[in-house]
Amino acid sequence: MAAVTALECRGVTKVWGESTDREVVALQGIDLVVGDGEFVVVIGPSGCGKSTLLKLLAGLETPTAGQLLHRGQVISEPDVDRSLIFQQPSLYPWLSALDNVAFGLKLRGVPRAERHLQAEEFLRQVGLREFARKHPHELSGGMQQRVAIARALCVGADTLLMDEPFAALDVQTRYQMQAFLLDIWHGTGKTAVFVTHHIDEAVYLADRVVVLTARPGRVLDSVTIDMPRPRSVVGEAFERYRATLVERLRAEVARAFQEQELVEMLDTRIK
Amino acid sequence: MIEGLQAQPAAAPALPATTASRARARSSARIRGVLVAGVWWVLSIGLVVVAWEAAAALHLIDPVILPPPHEFIGEIRNQAQFLMPAVGVERTGANFVALTAIVASVQRVLIGLFLAFVAGVLTGSVAFSFAIVRKLTLPTVTLLAPIAPVAWIPLAIVAFGVGDWSAIFVVFVGIYFTLTLATVKAMTNVDPVYVEAARVLGARRGQIMRHVVLPAAIPALFDLVRMNLFGAWMGVLAAEMVGVNTGLGAIVMVGRSMMNMNLTFLGMAMIGLVGYLLDAAFGLVQRRVLWWRRATEL
Repeated sequence: MAAVTALECRGVTKVWGESTDREVVALQGIDLVVGDGEFVVVIGPSGCGKSTLLKLLAGLETPTAGQLLHRGQVISEPDVDRSLIFQQPSLYPWLSALDNVAFGLKLRGVPRAERHLQAEEFLRQVGLREFARKHPHELSGGMQQRVAIARALCVGADTLLMDEPFAALDVQTRYQMQAFLLDIWHGTGKTAVFVTHHIDEAVYLADRVVVLTARPGRVLDSVTIDMPRPRSVVGEAFERYRATLVERLRAEVARAFQEQELVEMLDTRIK
Repeated sequence: MIEGLQAQPAAAPALPATTASRARARSSARIRGVLVAGVWWVLSIGLVVVAWEAAAALHLIDPVILPPPHEFIGEIRNQAQFLMPAVGVERTGANFVALTAIVASVQRVLIGLFLAFVAGVLTGSVAFSFAIVRKLTLPTVTLLAPIAPVAWIPLAIVAFGVGDWSAIFVVFVGIYFTLTLATVKAMTNVDPVYVEAARVLGARRGQIMRHVVLPAAIPALFDLVRMNLFGAWMGVLAAEMVGVNTGLGAIVMVGRSMMNMNLTFLGMAMIGLVGYLLDAAFGLVQRRVLWWRRATEL
């Protein structure tokens, strides 16, 4: 693990709809340190606040309690240093792939010719230079996510926050995208926080897998994946990590499920 | 850097050929579709014309009150002087002066729509951006929106007198309030992921508005303008009938007051045709300007 800290969560709690009757504690007392250049994958049962954690790290939301830091600075608003890549398509349909990638530079007032030149370079990095003039609807789902990654890289983000970016893709494309993402990560030394509910994906990608509990999300475990890269998805070591994580997650899901049933049972009794 | 993906560009040359042939197939299918639709058009109108002509030939209807199509279309030759709009509008080109009436009416609708679009989107944007403006204005706007364009005519004529501006005002006021409401609604409905993506990329409030919310909301607003096009068209014609004594609406009234129903029906036929063409033209513009939406909706 790298010595320098890129991201840090200190006792982060997030409550949605605070002091209403639909109050939901999404995250509770999250302590997490992400090293510079580290690839951390966050997994957990659905609804455990994984996406909320990313939004907090991106600065799109503020925590109810606790602090989030990026290189020692408190995160209070979005910053181009930390870019978030969404699960659903987030490219602007009215802009070409090139203009989508250059969007962040346009916001900064970089002249057209120059921002196109830079954006083209990032499109080349994601292997889509020939598609610069195409619009999002003319690209496949995998290509769209590659453009989204290029867009994040183009503003000079040193930290990539990814919220199940490949969840909507078919299995083949997903494998290809995972390998592609590792290439980018390896080549640029970016810090990555990647949310998924696919355990295989987690083991394949991560330096370290953080397992969250069911709602309210707490850190259940942190498993360092000590496997050389490039990794093979078949083999004893991979299976061992996979089994460990599956076991952890299954126990947690079962616990949460029982709890949920108990709550519902009590609810119906009261009613 | 990305060896896994190098295979793709090699496959690219095959792509244009297939897209070209597919585009050819699609365009020939479209031409066939247009032809079939055209045949039905002719049949539909032909049916009415034949029934009308037959009824007139059999003396079932009074041709003075309901002149059959061949008669009132014949008016284009005979009654050219009556087609000349009375005040202010000059004769254009050859003898077919009805063109000036058409131009006058169309111009009023387009100017009114354009001004209403600009003003409605501006007001709506301000109301969307500032809660206090929204809370102060929307209740009033909601009350004013359902007032039909026609209902504004008396005020328009009193305020602007007889002329272009009172017709333009009728169009403007008939759509402005609705469009203001629609703008606020369309902007509220913009997918939050677009806004969040912009914020992550460093956009400030004003930039989000200009570069994300506005372009994302525009298609819905174009739809609304198009839906209100007929309403605006009717508003202008009504204004022309009751006060603004130029344009197509005035022609219809001239025909009535001279008891020349040929002229009235000719005017009505032109109103229908021009209204239809306006809508079709608007559809074309919409498809050109908002090409990306058509594609994403498929």
